[in-house]
Amino acid sequence: MKLYEIVNSLSLEVKTPSLDLNKEVTGGYVSDLLSDVIGNSKKGNVWITLQTHQNIIAVATLRDMSGIILVNGRNPDVDTLLKAAEQGIPLMVSSLPAFELVGRLYSLGIRCQ
Amino acid sequence: MDNKVAEGVFFLTGKDFSNAGAASSNLKGVLEGMSVQPDIIRRAAIAAFEAEMNVIIYAVAGMMHYYITPETIRIVVKDMGSGIPDIGLAMTEGYSTAPDYIREMGFGSGMGLPNIKKNTDRLDLDSVVGGGTTLEFIIYLNKDSKGAKNETL
Repeated sequence: MKLYEIVNSLSLEVKTPSLDLNKEVTGGYVSDLLSDVIGNSKKGNVWITLQTHQNIIAVATLRDMSGIILVNGRNPDVDTLLKAAEQGIPLMVSSLPAFELVGRLYSLGIRCQ
Repeated sequence: MDNKVAEGVFFLTGKDFSNAGAASSNLKGVLEGMSVQPDIIRRAAIAAFEAEMNVIIYAVAGMMHYYITPETIRIVVKDMGSGIPDIGLAMTEGYSTAPDYIREMGFGSGMGLPNIKKNTDRLDLDSVVGGGTTLEFIIYLNKDSKGAKNETL
């Protein structure tokens, strides 16, 4: 599934309008612990988190993730937006809490893989 | 991989979260440029990131050296920090001395050193309380990358 399809299906707010959303999403990973994410997520995963600081972009870049979705309508820090645009990591926001959002991603066919 | 040898060094500054991850991203770029196998790059990037974050979170400053030969990636991270009083405890998954504000950022979960061990083939950690810490690890490039078996240097 492509990232733009997820954005459209779940009405996500895209915070990085300059970035291409035509990226293949291989699966999903949800966690707020950065060591857990870097150790266990997979290439091309979309990452669901409540962390809004700039270091999430470093983690997503190192793991070649397809994008990050912030939950509960949390707004990314300005530094995070700048890093996301610089590193080419699409950043989206959902108004849903993590549990609901992950459930909907699962319904769309996204798995932890 | 091409028959190349490369080495380099990154300087790390304690609490400089704005540049956190830059050294490991850079190293990942170097390995990609040398056409190293993706799974080896993944393991090196994870271990380098954790080592880099340890310096940024816990030390005043440090240096990350990398040495790449056709056989190995060797990374040596030396810091000017307070040192680790009990290395066995520090290697235990879940053990952490990180302050609350670091934990709130999603760091300091006690998974850093175990993650490094899990993703490298050899690991050596030397620390002097009040004198700093030296962490050295090696990843073999020509070994089956699945099931890395850690040995102590």
